[in-house]
Amino acid sequence: MKQFLSFVKKEFYHIFRDKRTMFILLGMPIAQIIIFGFALTNEVKNAKIAILDHSKDAVTASLITEIESSRYFEIEESLSSDKEIEAVFHKGIVKLVMVIPAHFGEDLQHFNKAQIQLIADATDPNVANQLTNYASAIVMDYQKRITYERKLPYTINTEMRMLYNPQMKGAYNFVPGVMAMVLLLVCTMMTAITIVREKETGTMEILLVSPVKPIMVVIAKAIPYLLLSTINIFSILILSVFVLEVPINGSITLLLGVSILFILVSLALGLLISAATETQQTAMFISLIALFLPTVMLSGFMFPVENMPTPLRVVSNIIPAKWYYNIVKSVMIKGLGVSAIWKELLVLTGMLLFFLILAIKKFKIRLA
Amino acid sequence: MREVKAITTNKLTKQFGDFTAVDAISFEVNKGEIFGFLGANGAGKTTAMRMLCGLSLPTSGEATVAGLDVYKENEKIKRSIGYMSQKFSLYDDLTVKENMQFYGGIYGKSNAFIKEKTAFILDHLHLQKEANALVKSLPLGWKQKLAFSVAVFHEPEIVFLDEPTGGVDPVTRREFWNMIYTAAANGTTVFVTTHYMDEAEYCDRVSIMVDGRIDALDTPKGLKEKYNASSMDEVFLQLARKATRAAD
Amino acid sequence: MSAISVKNIIKTYGKKKQKVTALNDISFDVNEGEIFGIIGPDGAGKTSLFRILTTLLLADSGSATVDGLDVIKDLKEIRKKVGYMPGRFSLYQDLTVEENLQFFATIFNTSINENYELIKDIYVQIEPFKNRRAGKLSGGMKQKLALSCALIHRPSVLFLDEPTTGVDAVSRKEFWEMLKGLKAQGITILVSTPYMDEARLCDKVLLLQKGKVLSINTPDGVIKDFENPLMAVKAKGMLPLLEKIKAMDIVKDAYPFGEYHHVVMKKEENVEQLKSNLTKADLKEFEIKRVEADIEDCFIQLMKEE
Repeated sequence: MKQFLSFVKKEFYHIFRDKRTMFILLGMPIAQIIIFGFALTNEVKNAKIAILDHSKDAVTASLITEIESSRYFEIEESLSSDKEIEAVFHKGIVKLVMVIPAHFGEDLQHFNKAQIQLIADATDPNVANQLTNYASAIVMDYQKRITYERKLPYTINTEMRMLYNPQMKGAYNFVPGVMAMVLLLVCTMMTAITIVREKETGTMEILLVSPVKPIMVVIAKAIPYLLLSTINIFSILILSVFVLEVPINGSITLLLGVSILFILVSLALGLLISAATETQQTAMFISLIALFLPTVMLSGFMFPVENMPTPLRVVSNIIPAKWYYNIVKSVMIKGLGVSAIWKELLVLTGMLLFFLILAIKKFKIRLA
Repeated sequence: MREVKAITTNKLTKQFGDFTAVDAISFEVNKGEIFGFLGANGAGKTTAMRMLCGLSLPTSGEATVAGLDVYKENEKIKRSIGYMSQKFSLYDDLTVKENMQFYGGIYGKSNAFIKEKTAFILDHLHLQKEANALVKSLPLGWKQKLAFSVAVFHEPEIVFLDEPTGGVDPVTRREFWNMIYTAAANGTTVFVTTHYMDEAEYCDRVSIMVDGRIDALDTPKGLKEKYNASSMDEVFLQLARKATRAAD
Repeated sequence: MSAISVKNIIKTYGKKKQKVTALNDISFDVNEGEIFGIIGPDGAGKTSLFRILTTLLLADSGSATVDGLDVIKDLKEIRKKVGYMPGRFSLYQDLTVEENLQFFATIFNTSINENYELIKDIYVQIEPFKNRRAGKLSGGMKQKLALSCALIHRPSVLFLDEPTTGVDAVSRKEFWEMLKGLKAQGITILVSTPYMDEARLCDKVLLLQKGKVLSINTPDGVIKDFENPLMAVKAKGMLPLLEKIKAMDIVKDAYPFGEYHHVVMKKEENVEQLKSNLTKADLKEFEIKRVEADIEDCFIQLMKEE
């Protein structure tokens, strides 16, 4: 036991003395949450639009006010002719032009029907899509209201409701993703690197020629990263609750429990990589390319798994992060309990055992 | 024109913080001379050599290498010198030929020059058959000889050799020194460090650094007489034992 | 019982086409309490041999025991008993001197105090720097620390793979003094070195070249086996002198050796011939004397005979 503790102590010295790496490890989750939360948001906020109003009546004026008062849009310019549309797009600031035809108000009043044209700069199709959706939503809203005010019969109300995420916040999607990513990076890459470093510097030779059991080396190396990762989970959760206002709807204990399970899977993967590689460089490449990229691409965090072609969907099943991502979404966002995630838990436990056994089997007691 | 010395230094000093690694050394190396640069680990050899190669700026003092000033003309110095160390010399994953082409290339030599010189070296070292073999497949002794040939490939005025024969077998070690002699006879100045004291005897003149200073500089014969010693080994031990600092 | 016994060890690397034989049928025995030197240049196979004996590598064939224990079967037992200092500096550079020693003490299930007597003479020299990171030590001090760490569990056999490579002459002398001290405490030491002059300091040496044993003997024994007369010659203009000597057919071999050239004669009666030949040549500052062979002379001859 003393052997073991002194080993763990040594590992902590390594981590604490490499201040830069430690800073990156602890700062990374914070930076990622902030970047995803504020910079990379895919919500529309204060988008600049232009309006070409051929009608200029009381109805259009109130519609324009409606648009202006929404937090999504800001009216950059009011155009006076169709020719100006192209010019305003060329300037690059305005991404959407709303064209209101002549006699808009009259048409609406007399025929209960009027048209609006939305022209978007589709060089970025996602943005164009979102802007037109938001704009039509506002118009719909407005239309609904005036219809209601007039108390006309036969009005059909279509109502949409966003479940669990009423404001369609991106944060609900990326917080679980960032958690999976950070844990994977810290645990898998760092454990792999630290073991391989001992091989590179030659200290592994001395450790092997000592009574220390290989399994002890491995566990002692993993413990500091388990701890670091737990700190990271806390900082991510605190940031998401208090800064991004993403609530934790389910049980915190359960959330921490599954996170530790995922950490263990990642650690086991790191060990497996370290057993198979000889240099820190290869260990890092394998961690990044074989694990990190698929996690980002296939776990469902960037691109929904449901929309992937079948082969990719099948492949996504062997990615531990996918299962963890699903669990976190269920527990944290939907507030579900163990009964809803038992399948995922089972898969992760299976993966843990598989990787661990493989890693221990592969750990060499000799040099070659 | 006055004969220019290969290397001159005058009170050359390098400080790292309050640690004086090289402490006001002054010496001259003649053209075509084999100059042994000895000292214990941590005496300041490497630091001094780096300044002369233009890799590190002195804190104070003066120095010229091939008539060029180490402060202002360090880029020119790099073109006039060759360098070989025990650790880094050749690319293991390139072939013998490719290594020579690469070094010829980075010194801006013409293709014709590279071709001719490569053929000459391969012939000289009896390596024609191995021209297209990866360097890592060669025995260590051959590698060291090849590394030396590459260091003088661009026909530099001065070649710096940092422990070139470490770990080499005694026969190859002598062959290596034979190459050094030939280079010196052709007018190349050789500046060499070594831990083998018998090799110090092969040098025209030897300097011994202790605690950042040059404590002795003479021919091996002169040094042995002065210190009343039968071998360079004894001279070295007498001087190096006086060292008070133990930093690297 | 031998402290180390090696029988017919063969070790090769690589696949069929580019097979490299690192050790070619090596056998030797080391007695308890001996300093046994493996002398050979880089690439001779020293490190492979050390790794096989310290259970880190499996030989292709042959057998070996350390302290009576088989290097394959009794892996765990051997790992408790031997001390090993690999070729490159293998301590934790970011830990202090004391932390390194403490760490290695605990992984060997012992403490610094328990075996302090054994390492005392070595450790006191680095104790003033015990709070310094190992990476910031000088070459000589790193070595002393590495040796202290290898000794901390009082091993019965100590393996030192090229402990003096790249170390200056003063530190080398000090290091060999320390080994003598350890020998006096009854520890068997297997040490390798590329420096031929260190052979003299061993009780027994094995000269190794390209995986083959050139000779196993006491240093004096190796020298005694050198039968040809050996002359040391010097004069002004050493390079032309060497050419001149090499051209003579009474000379078996000639090569630079420190300030002299060493000349190996074919027969006893050639000695006088060489003297008179060279005297006739009217050389300046001419000197000739008969010398006893050095280990290096022996190594060169054995290498050339191979």
